[in-house]
Amino acid sequence: MLELRNVAKMVAGDYHIYPTDLAFERGTLNVLLGPTLAGKTSLMRLMAGLDRPTSGSVFFDGADVTGVRVQERNVAMVYQQFINYPALTVYENIASPLRIAGKDSASIDKAVRQAAELLKLTPYLDRTPLNLSGGQQQRTALARALVKNASLVLMDEPLANLDYKLREELREELPKIFAQSGAVFVYATTEPSEALLLGGNTATLSEGRVTQFGKTIDVYRRPADLVTAKTFADPPLNFIDVIKSGAVFRHQDVDSLPVPSHLSEIPDGAMTVAFHPHHLGLTRQTEDAAPLRAVTQISEITGSESFVHLDYNGARWIMLAAGIHEIDPDTQVDLFLDTRHLMAFGSDGRAIAVNAVA
Amino acid sequence: MQKTWNNKAWFLVLPVLVLVAFSAVIPLMTVVNYSVQDTFGNNEFFWAGTDWFLEILHSDRFWEALQRNLFFSFVILALQIPLGIFIALNMPKSGIGVPVCLVLMALPLLIPWNVVGTIWQVFGRVDIGLLGYTLRALGVDYNYVRDPLDAWITIIVMDVWHWTSLVVLLCYAGLVSIPDAYYQAAKIDGASRWSVFRYIQLPKMKRVLLIAVLLRFMDSFMIYTEPFVVTGGGPGNSTTFLSIDLVKMAVGQFDLGPAAAMSIIYFLIILLLSWIFYTVMTSSDANG
Amino acid sequence: MARITLDHIRHAYGPAPKSPKDYALREVHHEWNDGGAYALLGPSGCGKTTLLNIISGLLQPSEGRILFDGKDVTYLSTQARNIAQVFQFPVIYDTMTVYDNLAFPLRNRAVPEAEVDRRVREMLEIIDLSGWSKRKAQGLTADQKQKISLGRGLVRNDVNAILFDEPLTVIDPHMKWVLRSQLKRLHKQFGFTMVYVTHDQTEALTFADKVVVMYDGQIVQIGTPAELFERPTHTFVGYFIGSPGMNVMPARVEGSAVVVGGERIALDYSPQIGAGDRAELGIRPEFIRIGREGMPVAVNRIEDIGRRRIVRADFQGQRIAIVASEDAEIPAEPRITFDPAAINIYANSWRVGREA
Repeated sequence: MLELRNVAKMVAGDYHIYPTDLAFERGTLNVLLGPTLAGKTSLMRLMAGLDRPTSGSVFFDGADVTGVRVQERNVAMVYQQFINYPALTVYENIASPLRIAGKDSASIDKAVRQAAELLKLTPYLDRTPLNLSGGQQQRTALARALVKNASLVLMDEPLANLDYKLREELREELPKIFAQSGAVFVYATTEPSEALLLGGNTATLSEGRVTQFGKTIDVYRRPADLVTAKTFADPPLNFIDVIKSGAVFRHQDVDSLPVPSHLSEIPDGAMTVAFHPHHLGLTRQTEDAAPLRAVTQISEITGSESFVHLDYNGARWIMLAAGIHEIDPDTQVDLFLDTRHLMAFGSDGRAIAVNAVA
Repeated sequence: MQKTWNNKAWFLVLPVLVLVAFSAVIPLMTVVNYSVQDTFGNNEFFWAGTDWFLEILHSDRFWEALQRNLFFSFVILALQIPLGIFIALNMPKSGIGVPVCLVLMALPLLIPWNVVGTIWQVFGRVDIGLLGYTLRALGVDYNYVRDPLDAWITIIVMDVWHWTSLVVLLCYAGLVSIPDAYYQAAKIDGASRWSVFRYIQLPKMKRVLLIAVLLRFMDSFMIYTEPFVVTGGGPGNSTTFLSIDLVKMAVGQFDLGPAAAMSIIYFLIILLLSWIFYTVMTSSDANG
Repeated sequence: MARITLDHIRHAYGPAPKSPKDYALREVHHEWNDGGAYALLGPSGCGKTTLLNIISGLLQPSEGRILFDGKDVTYLSTQARNIAQVFQFPVIYDTMTVYDNLAFPLRNRAVPEAEVDRRVREMLEIIDLSGWSKRKAQGLTADQKQKISLGRGLVRNDVNAILFDEPLTVIDPHMKWVLRSQLKRLHKQFGFTMVYVTHDQTEALTFADKVVVMYDGQIVQIGTPAELFERPTHTFVGYFIGSPGMNVMPARVEGSAVVVGGERIALDYSPQIGAGDRAELGIRPEFIRIGREGMPVAVNRIEDIGRRRIVRADFQGQRIAIVASEDAEIPAEPRITFDPAAINIYANSWRVGREA
């Protein structure tokens, strides 16, 4: 188990990582989700031992490893760039960490072939990385990380430089590969959809702070605060500032929404309610849908669905509607909001109440 | 990129520190020691205080040599930096021409200083040298032994021939690191050759140019071997640079005290000027 | 802006190509409308970048011609073609201010300074960077830099086309939404011809009026996002577009019915399939309904990806994916039905239309 206890990193008087507590179990996949410069790479470097924390300590399997050099920890890293030895064959690339460890050739061969099989690299073992596609190169780098039998595997946006479809395939394979190994896996990404596809646990990061950590789907469904909800939304979340009074949310004295049952208990007052774009629709899907009116800006068609960018009394929203809707700009449209999924946040950004539907 | 934290790393640096201490610090201290004393050999020393320094700073000989040095460095930089950039810009970026050019460029750098001096000393001679003889045959009144201007031109041409390659190689390294997309974008924007140089190539070469300017300044300011071999500081004192004067003083006249004081002044001037160069060039980087 | 004609274009990087395998781009013969937004979509190595470079003039095709508004530009240089391009990594002039970056292409063309000022200010407004005009371009974020690259292209009013080479690669997901919709709005407003190269289907579909799907040096289909989604002409298009891609399973056509394993599915037309042809049924995960009715399936795994769930199941010995909404109930013994209108039949990987 990897534990960060009150770990912080300061550079030139500024916090790059604010004091952070995290615990990752062995055999789990842990996603670090956040935009560029949120601190994902800094946090990984602290976990790996490439950097020493300014304060706090790092424990691995109960032992304090703060300040232990990365060479002396059993750590493997996979980067966004495909890093392989260009002059060595795929076989030798995968075997390299074992050769350094001085394993005998029979056990090396066994381990290499096993990893190659797992990552579908068996037909390419005799090739050199330059004769491989990007996906194959990155799988080679992954195989090298896996074969090392590291107890901590850190992956920094490993799929970012790959084709979309390849990414999709690897994302599907990765959780299975992780499940077969007993290591702690840490996976950094900027994409919420990638975190959801990978599953496991997710820690959301924003400006050097871990804002929430938990099961990926729980963090998505039940964000603890507005920052987490924003970080973990693609397409972006929609917001409105409202004043709750009794059974209605009032918005700028121009509109009102019925308060759904899961939010009826919260105290009256000013708050921000948020919801995902797919909870807006052009047709009434459920009993709990509230009618609204907005002005269209631009429509984007994805084949079976449409993203319609909207202006709702000055707020910029996105609606994800089923079907193909090419709506002219500056048209007033009637919408339905599925209020069962509304999330309410206080003025301090903390969640007051979130999703009723699990 | 942040650095790996490791205390043991200091132990790895230790041998270098010891080496530097022996090769630089201890000799430097010896020089300081000599500079404040008077000696006639036999290990007899007399305290001289700042006398030698004052003497050097009040001598015309020193100031003239310093002026020659400054002028020489200025000319060298003014010629070699633009020429080096120009050659680097015109070197091929791909294909068989690249290794050929790189090897050709590196050749002068591989020749020892004194050999370069000897080559040019012979090359420029009016009786047997190819250059000198040819110029004579063409009716040019060229004689570096007799004419100070000819001596200067010979030394400058020699240094340009010897060292421009270094500037070329550094600039070339900077140029090849520019992604193709920049050139494409510039074409699309209708940029002229000059604009491409001014707004893409020069900004991307800035860092290596800084290194090139510093190296060439320090090296040219310390020039010794080549003029010593070719002109021996003459005709008259016209090519007597600080370094040559220093050796004359120390080895020729055995004035160890004044020579040591001059060494220190010389050293401080180089340090100061290099620092000024570095500060000026990096501060413009920070602002823009 | 211009109509782009690609006249029997083929390209090989090596000399003297013989078989079709030697061509990086096999044969492209199309006409793209003035003011259209086209996306070139395909995996790496499919030839999309080769085609883009041929259009921009960086590359001359081995065979064929390229015309802008009927004028042959095959041998014209990039400068002479009057195009603008936005690259994968933002290309900006670091030492210039944002303002000067935008003014650069105009000043290079000796546009009077008053006119430069007017157009640059207008462009700053359009790309939302008015407040940044005096800033050095160096310290800006990736999305701001990409907006400057775009602005440098748009500021000229004589461009024939704007080319985009995976312009959103280095942009964070949230900013991608903003940039994409701004771009689309600009296109609606100014109606320039745009060609956009990407491997990301969401970008291609949301951006383009017409998506050009490329595979192995060929164009496999050109269509609207809806056409590509509903009627992929090749199984590759079915696989490549959509996430997860289309389910494709071996089948047997019997008159107006299709047989998969032991299940017989009625169609409202009779696909014409040759005797020796390999027949397949294609159905998108979105068009399979999971519930208590229809054909039995064995569910292997359910992936909750937030707004929807992907059900991985075995159907007649085939692994299939089904998309269910986040609120949908999946019963213990699930059954599935295919939307009959969404079934596509393929013979040797090419679609057999109901029109035939």
